[in-house]
Amino acid sequence: MQMLKKITKQQIFIPIAALLILAIFNLIADPSFYKITFSYNSAGQPVMTGNLITILDSGSELAILAIGMTLVTAACGGQDISVGAAVAISGSVLLRVLCGSNTRPETLQAPIIVAFLVSCAVAMLFGAFNGVLVAYFKIQPMVATLILFTAGRSIAAWINNNELPVISEPRFGYFGGYIPGIPIPTPFFIAILCIVVAVLLLKFTNLGLYTQAVGINENSSRLNGLNPALIKFLTFVLLGLCVAVVGLIKVSRFSTINYSVIAKDIEMDAILAVALGGNALSGGKFNLAASILGAYVIQFLTTTLYKVKVQSDALPAYKAVVVILLVVMSAPVVRKWLAGLGKKLTKQVKEAV
Amino acid sequence: MKKKLLGLLLTVAMVAGMTACGSEPAATTGGNQGGELIKVGIINNDSNESGYRTANNKDLQNMFTEANGYAASFAYSNQNDEQVNAAQKFIQDGVEYLLLSAADTAGWDTVLKDAQTAGVKVILFDRVIDADSSLYEASIVSDMDKEGETAVTWLTNQGLSEYNIIHLQGVIGNAAQKGRSGALNTAVENNANWNLVIQQTANWSAEEAQQIVQSVIDSGESFNVIYAENDDMAKGAVAALDKANISHGVGKDVIIMGFDCNTWALQELYNKNWNYDGQCNPFQASKIHEIIQKLEKGETISPKVIIMEEKGFDANEITEDDIKNYGI
Repeated sequence: MQMLKKITKQQIFIPIAALLILAIFNLIADPSFYKITFSYNSAGQPVMTGNLITILDSGSELAILAIGMTLVTAACGGQDISVGAAVAISGSVLLRVLCGSNTRPETLQAPIIVAFLVSCAVAMLFGAFNGVLVAYFKIQPMVATLILFTAGRSIAAWINNNELPVISEPRFGYFGGYIPGIPIPTPFFIAILCIVVAVLLLKFTNLGLYTQAVGINENSSRLNGLNPALIKFLTFVLLGLCVAVVGLIKVSRFSTINYSVIAKDIEMDAILAVALGGNALSGGKFNLAASILGAYVIQFLTTTLYKVKVQSDALPAYKAVVVILLVVMSAPVVRKWLAGLGKKLTKQVKEAV
Repeated sequence: MKKKLLGLLLTVAMVAGMTACGSEPAATTGGNQGGELIKVGIINNDSNESGYRTANNKDLQNMFTEANGYAASFAYSNQNDEQVNAAQKFIQDGVEYLLLSAADTAGWDTVLKDAQTAGVKVILFDRVIDADSSLYEASIVSDMDKEGETAVTWLTNQGLSEYNIIHLQGVIGNAAQKGRSGALNTAVENNANWNLVIQQTANWSAEEAQQIVQSVIDSGESFNVIYAENDDMAKGAVAALDKANISHGVGKDVIIMGFDCNTWALQELYNKNWNYDGQCNPFQASKIHEIIQKLEKGETISPKVIIMEEKGFDANEITEDDIKNYGI
């Protein structure tokens, strides 16, 4: 009993429980869900395919965004709803640098790394814009990021003069596809890399501690010598960096961009990942691992629903059910009631013994 | 203080960037020089909605120039109320012609009546609206139902012994989706050897399409036709097929069908990687120009509804000229 309590009290318990429910559902519904096949794609390269691989592949962008979103949520007690539009901008910049003025270049006009660094700089600048509004002008994060949410996709289209560039260079497709000879999709490796960098950053700097301090009580953290505005600003810039990485993967998947469709509604999924990770959306303490796991759980849910052929326009409704459950479960009233119920049960068990 | 200044600067830079972007269409507003130019107000959907819209908007901008005798103002929005506001503003500005591609079919009666009272002639393009036909001079539209029928007729003529179809739909409720889905649904109902392996909306997105097709492949079901309601979704489907090493295109295992005739998609057709692409003709500007010229001479337009001619391309017949002429 004590042990069970300990486990359920852990923050990461929520996404793990969600994952287990989905996993068991699939095991009962159709065990072939877990089949992974090893084969060769039409270019003759070895690839692994299967639902689990799809989850690791498609969930990676969300996992990367969840890192930045968790930090922003923890520090500011609010969310950035402009990440989808920002992904469109950074992807558009990336293509603009690679293509130059020609939308269908035979050869790349700049090395991919240069284009990526430029897109990182731009995405961080836009992150800084949000950060300034939130940290220094004290605007509600959701309202501040609403600006970019509304204007972002138009800016993205404007960067490329409304053209839709297509890149024919096969090397550019590696980031969202497969590196020849390696059967695991590259986005998964990129996600791992981002996670490792984030973990190292939190381990070897005080960023994690400071972020939580600012999120829990801004005033007392200021009295303790921290600069809350700077910390908030930094989290938005870091989210900008995550956005640039996601932009690279998204654009690379099809070597092109569609401004109105790319990373559509991804901000909602990113926020959901943070919530599913058991992090308080009002800021304060956070658990990065739980958010990342939450991101993969969301993709697990999506893939499961595709597998059982739920109409995909009904997908948001299923996600809504998850959100409602989470919100209700984390409401203080319900928590109190549950705790009371738990106590009663233990009492009864004890009495029975 | 320094940081605040920096913040302010950043904000100013951003706002400047936004207005620069916003003012671009406004810059095309020409002055009415000596009353020789015909004043037109053009209301269109947001031009980065899709490749189709980009091509449509470009076509209009190239046609309604001062060189061609027009003083044109443009307004863009995907929202009906904003479009209605823009229309009212154009009427107040005293435009002679109002060209309209409405976001929604309903809600246009009042403003069109205002236009009629003010003597503004209304021409609808691209999209139909639910309003009395006396309120506009002409309507130049795509017949989405026919686009679907052309595609399905083509598919029927392929004479497969069995049709196992993956049907990737656009955003549900959209006119293009309704027309293109309708024809296929009828064919599936009427033919015993036509089956839908899956019918899903991928919301015009390549990535969603890829995931849906991937899930069908992973579940081991067999299929031989992919009917995607736009080119992007067909592209996503093909990416999933390539990954699983399933051959597609002319004479291969899976037939690939797309819509919209993007240049890159027609190139895929030309390379025989895809089989069919249905056109949705965005080039309405020259037709509108003709109609305005006729109206200027005092002629009436009849019939009022003009349907754009739209083709369906077969990979076996497409030529390089077709790619040049019809690619968007």
